[in-house]
Amino acid sequence: METYSFLRELADSWALLVMFAVFIGIALWAFRPGSRAVHEDTANIPFRHDDKPAPDLGAPAEH
Amino acid sequence: MLNYIKLIVLGLVAIFAMIAASYARDVAYQVHAIIILAVAAGMFIWTLRHTDEPVVAAPQNEYMDNVIRAGVIATAFWGVVGFAAGTFIAFQLAFPALNFDWAQGYANFGRLRPLHTSAVIFAFGGNALIATSFYVVQRTSAARLWGGNTAWFVFWGYQLFIVLAATGYLLGGTQSKEYAEPEWYVDLWLTVVWLAYLAIFVGTIVKRKEPHIYVANWFFLSFILTVAMLHVFNNLSIPVSIWGSKSVQVFSGVQDAMTQWWYGHNAVGFFLTAGFLGMMYYFVPKQAERPVFSYKLSIIHFWALIFLYIWAGPHHLHYTALPDWASTLGMVFSIILWMPSWGGMINGLMTLSGAWDKLRTDPVIRMMVISIGFYGMSTFEGPMMSIRAVNSLSHYTDWTIGHVHSGALGWNGMITFGALYYLVPKLWNRERLYSNQLVSWHFWLATIGIVLYAASMWVTGIMEGLMWREVDANGFLVWSFADTVGAKFPMYVVRALGGVMFVAGALIMVYNLWMTAKAAPAVDAEAANAHATPAE
Repeated sequence: METYSFLRELADSWALLVMFAVFIGIALWAFRPGSRAVHEDTANIPFRHDDKPAPDLGAPAEH
Repeated sequence: MLNYIKLIVLGLVAIFAMIAASYARDVAYQVHAIIILAVAAGMFIWTLRHTDEPVVAAPQNEYMDNVIRAGVIATAFWGVVGFAAGTFIAFQLAFPALNFDWAQGYANFGRLRPLHTSAVIFAFGGNALIATSFYVVQRTSAARLWGGNTAWFVFWGYQLFIVLAATGYLLGGTQSKEYAEPEWYVDLWLTVVWLAYLAIFVGTIVKRKEPHIYVANWFFLSFILTVAMLHVFNNLSIPVSIWGSKSVQVFSGVQDAMTQWWYGHNAVGFFLTAGFLGMMYYFVPKQAERPVFSYKLSIIHFWALIFLYIWAGPHHLHYTALPDWASTLGMVFSIILWMPSWGGMINGLMTLSGAWDKLRTDPVIRMMVISIGFYGMSTFEGPMMSIRAVNSLSHYTDWTIGHVHSGALGWNGMITFGALYYLVPKLWNRERLYSNQLVSWHFWLATIGIVLYAASMWVTGIMEGLMWREVDANGFLVWSFADTVGAKFPMYVVRALGGVMFVAGALIMVYNLWMTAKAAPAVDAEAANAHATPAE
């Protein structure tokens, strides 16, 4: 089989299936049990370090 | 030590540019060689004067904001330039006499049009994306920008790219690919700058102090990565000579067309959508002072866009030499894309749930909301226009131009204005904007301008599409091309007036931002600290 036909057939069969499965997997992963707490925490990231980076762990505290 | 290497490199570049300027086979290349010579010589002197001076270490407990301030200024500047150029060429279409004889070959519509599109997309939009992504990635990673002065290299390197692209268009140095007009050496330079940008962004995410990567950074990262890939593949070309700007594409015929629109549509999908969604997912929650409506939805939104957008390009090539299956594929994926787009729109809008009253009191949030509205509108219009039957009417007409502008002015423009209004008080340490009333003026001028623009383009686009296909009883075409051009005149004037209003709004914004940085009351650090300390 020439390369074009091979790639064309691969694209609309197995490749399509794999991509679709990966996407469904990601969507299901987002709804996994226990994700709510993680997502709530992540969604609040913009409200935490507006003015200064977080200090290094182990570095002497400022002030 | 690094400075000595820099000096050697800059010296070599200056010498090469000198040779290139004298051997140049065309004007665009010669002018570019002289620009590069001037830049290299200037940087040589600057580096020389700073060599062996004591180096002050960057404070790691502060964000790197000076490069973002520069980015904000560049965004506002290039925005006004790009909008003004667009308004001028809109008048050129309505009144061809504005293609002045004395400027023929430099400032006629054909030369200025790519200048306008690149100025708005890459100069205004690109600077906005770079500045906001640097701002957002630092705040959401709780870490200073990685790579120190590399950020400045990216900023200035990107400005050099813009100047080379713009002067190249005016002088005829173009490879004639829409939104990818710059010639080979400009493309190579952008690749270098872009990889440095990618390194800074990834480096900052890697050293983040937050356990998770906030969704805005996913959108920014996908934008940077995909644009790197698209840019490299669409610009695969072989220069005719190292002393000239002309190059020959590696692909030919329909393969070249498909690569171009794979690039072109993903420039829309990843540059103008994913990157700006990164802005939306940070600045809308910040301005509304509440977290995004649904974080789960934002994850689904992200991955659905990533999986779908990349296939939508072939809808630009309906009824061409492209195989039917490919254009059908492009059409189907474009239509499916409607869903995640509206999912994102709902997520953005619903972030305001419980805070809708802010729409009345805060013109900045109004700007952000209308931008999300325009995002929803153009992501409905786009899939519809990608349907083959609709496309047979809309393609090559002004409807396409109207669609692009409701997306670019409405979505990209408004969300950027919103981000600028948010950023300037923060970055210049001001309590608030200079004037909320001027923001309202900007809001209404821009909104009415876009409505005039989009409405006139719908009318003229559908009209000319219908005129082109009208046949009489004997099967002859009823109208000549010139008839459609004549019939479009009133709509062209309305469109240009819409452009005038949009530019006027942008100028008001520049004044307001300038006065904010100069004259708005400063945040009183002492008072703020005193306030934060519990009374004893």
